[in-house]
Amino acid sequence: MDVKLSGAAATDVERAAVATVLGPEPPQDGRVVRAGRAQREHRHLLLPALHALQDSVGWLSRGAVDHLAERLAVAPAEIYGVASFYHLLATEPQPALAVHVCDDVACRAAGAGALLGQLGEAARRSACLGLCDHGSAALVRRTGPAAERLDVAVAPVTAAQVAGFLRGDPPPELAAVDAPPPQAGDPGLRLLRRAAGKVITTVDGYEAAGGLAALRRALERGPDWVLAEVKSAGLVGRGGAAFPTARKWEAVLRAPSRPHYAVCNADESETGTFKDRLLLERDSFAVLESLVIAGFATGSEHGFVYVRDEYPLARARLQAAIEDLRQAGWLGASVGGAGFAFDVELRRGAGAYICGEETALFNSIEGRRGEPRNKPPFPVESGLFGQPTAVNNVETLVAVLEALQAGGSASSKLFCVSGPVLRPGVYEVEFGTTLQALIELAGGLQPGRRLQAVLLGGAAGSLVGPGRLGLQLSFEAARAAGLSLGSGAVVVIDQSLDLTEVVLRIARFFREESCGQCVPCRVGTVRQEEALRRLFSGRPLGSREDELVRLSEVAQVMRDASICGLGQTAAIAVQSALKELL
Amino acid sequence: MSARVALSIDGRDVQVASGTTLREACQVVGIEIPTLCFNPNFSAANACRLCVVELEGARTLVPACSRRVESGMRIQTGSDRVRLSRRLVLELLGSSVDLSVAHELGELMQEYGARPERFADGEAATVQQPVKIDNELYVRDYSRCVLCYRCVQACGVEAQNTFAIWVSGRGFEARISTEYDAPLPDSACVYCGNCIEVCPTGALMFKSEFDLREAGTWDEGRQSTTTTICSYCGVGCSLDLVVQDNQIVRVNSPEGNDITLGNLCIKGRFGHQFVSGPKRRGR
Repeated sequence: MDVKLSGAAATDVERAAVATVLGPEPPQDGRVVRAGRAQREHRHLLLPALHALQDSVGWLSRGAVDHLAERLAVAPAEIYGVASFYHLLATEPQPALAVHVCDDVACRAAGAGALLGQLGEAARRSACLGLCDHGSAALVRRTGPAAERLDVAVAPVTAAQVAGFLRGDPPPELAAVDAPPPQAGDPGLRLLRRAAGKVITTVDGYEAAGGLAALRRALERGPDWVLAEVKSAGLVGRGGAAFPTARKWEAVLRAPSRPHYAVCNADESETGTFKDRLLLERDSFAVLESLVIAGFATGSEHGFVYVRDEYPLARARLQAAIEDLRQAGWLGASVGGAGFAFDVELRRGAGAYICGEETALFNSIEGRRGEPRNKPPFPVESGLFGQPTAVNNVETLVAVLEALQAGGSASSKLFCVSGPVLRPGVYEVEFGTTLQALIELAGGLQPGRRLQAVLLGGAAGSLVGPGRLGLQLSFEAARAAGLSLGSGAVVVIDQSLDLTEVVLRIARFFREESCGQCVPCRVGTVRQEEALRRLFSGRPLGSREDELVRLSEVAQVMRDASICGLGQTAAIAVQSALKELL
Repeated sequence: MSARVALSIDGRDVQVASGTTLREACQVVGIEIPTLCFNPNFSAANACRLCVVELEGARTLVPACSRRVESGMRIQTGSDRVRLSRRLVLELLGSSVDLSVAHELGELMQEYGARPERFADGEAATVQQPVKIDNELYVRDYSRCVLCYRCVQACGVEAQNTFAIWVSGRGFEARISTEYDAPLPDSACVYCGNCIEVCPTGALMFKSEFDLREAGTWDEGRQSTTTTICSYCGVGCSLDLVVQDNQIVRVNSPEGNDITLGNLCIKGRFGHQFVSGPKRRGR
């Protein structure tokens, strides 16, 4: 295509950054035009290339975007559209150093209010960073030459520390956030078995811990055996929708169109959710082993792990594990020497909750704006690059390994307990455990605290009062109670936190994370937040009843008419709080 | 593909060819589904959600513009649930966007009893912003933009393949934009005006129309439309010349024309000044 450029030139540093992703620039002799399919096939490298630019220069200049446009045959307007979609990419010059401080519900519940009150303008407020079990969280980033770069998640953090980071103090070691879950040492752990131990950093170490056994068995016995085992274990997806995993995989395996893809959705961004982070950081080999099995069981040759940008440690460990597995022959032309070809690529989000929606995730990998697609067609038929795709949540993949063990089952589930409890963290419990028992397992509330509410399932979940503590944590029981386990987030909120502040934060979350594609969600999330502000400040438009009717109608159009799950769930927590708690 | 699919629409049994959309199936039985972002010449953008209908057994409403018929579907096109969603979509748009020249939406507002003012408290967010006037041919007033994606489609692979504009930003801050919001003369725009043709709300407007509206002299009652053939090249595109006071004030291209599908080039769209030029023979 004929790309019109602005005439701004990319700097040598920018060209070099792009070349790290797209390879060296082809020679320009003025006679040969390099375009067409050869160029378009690299389109999916747009987001990685934008990251390379952002990391090394700190923002995306016009010259850099023009250069990318030329190399990828994508129009500058579209590249700008993609870049401006993501919160962690900048289309204007930025200070090299940025500190993103979490001001989301779980951090507030854990007592971040004071910190947030003391933060200056220089710190950037962020939605949930997935470090909820450690208290107030921050992400410290510095862009520039590789030796100067920083990308570290820190928790717990104080206002004084944040001010220090902004002055250039180095962030502390990772020890605090890189900790085993509270149940470490419990011999009954299954999903958390390896994550509770010492972090495994080599394939040999992984094999010594029992790793790769499931993959070996799968390769021996074939895809149909895998499907049958996963089916008989009754495994359903742990990302929130609880769809039967075997049914999804079988649909992809039998889909006539080729190639197929296996994708691990590691874009965990749901408020108060950090179970996938724990698995990605402390059990990365298992996630990858299971993704290979998913690829095998679905007839795929290529897999992707899409990890949210806010998880630098997870990305580093996964990348190292991918390279190790490739070296050891467990990824590549013949996995484990069994003649099955499969390789995995790590892809990095760029600050967009919506990209955890499976079709938005595909668009993001393809180098497009992370806007969800209309369904049907479903991903098993038309997913990544329009091909049949199995996309699975991180916990689901780890649960597959358990299901493939002799006598394996899928009877336990991970929950992320945060807020003012004695031992916040990721907990593995049997389905059917009550909410009360789970909170007690986390040590119960800190002395002197009184339970006010629980945010169950994250921002897309429900706010429930103490009367619901008897709820059995299973998909069926939750459904029967009109609730959802969602992502497994359990944010405990005590009496010290103003519940209207929680509800407003959730409303703002959806307003900021809506992709803007469809009217109900784009405008509805804004009108919802506005109405709540009026309501809570005692200045309703018309009567209080009028305001409640408006809110419930906005809730209905978002639930009924939005394209995707974000809009469809954007009013659930708000409505549950208005009905039961406020 | 001659397979027929049987479904029920508002209680009436219908048989249509497989691959038909629900919107088309509704047309077969004489039910017009309201749409905003849909354009028959483009793939469905699925963005406005005005066309939603109720599908029995489905958790949510479904978009009639893109959802294909399936055997045994039971559809309600005018249930309370459907009407509420359509009314709310209109109210959400009406309270955030200037729809003063979006006549079709005005009619729908009446039909659905939409009252956008109940969301407007003076502080409610809108997309209000200055008009972009950066060239002689057309203006962009994104205060009137409902983000239907049609202009992006027209500029991109669905018609013109110019890619001068795209959606930028996110959420309520999403806007149609050139790269870095550059003025059109610095962008890839070729002034085919196909985006103006498909804009349903007057956000994209001929400069001639804009100037008359600003002067308060735009008067549709004094306008006539003449269908003719473009005199420039051998393609022979159809033109609808909108004339007021013996001056061409706007050039449209019939959307249903099999050759042009509503598209023109800069010459057909904007190159009509010679018609009333001073040196024209016979003047």
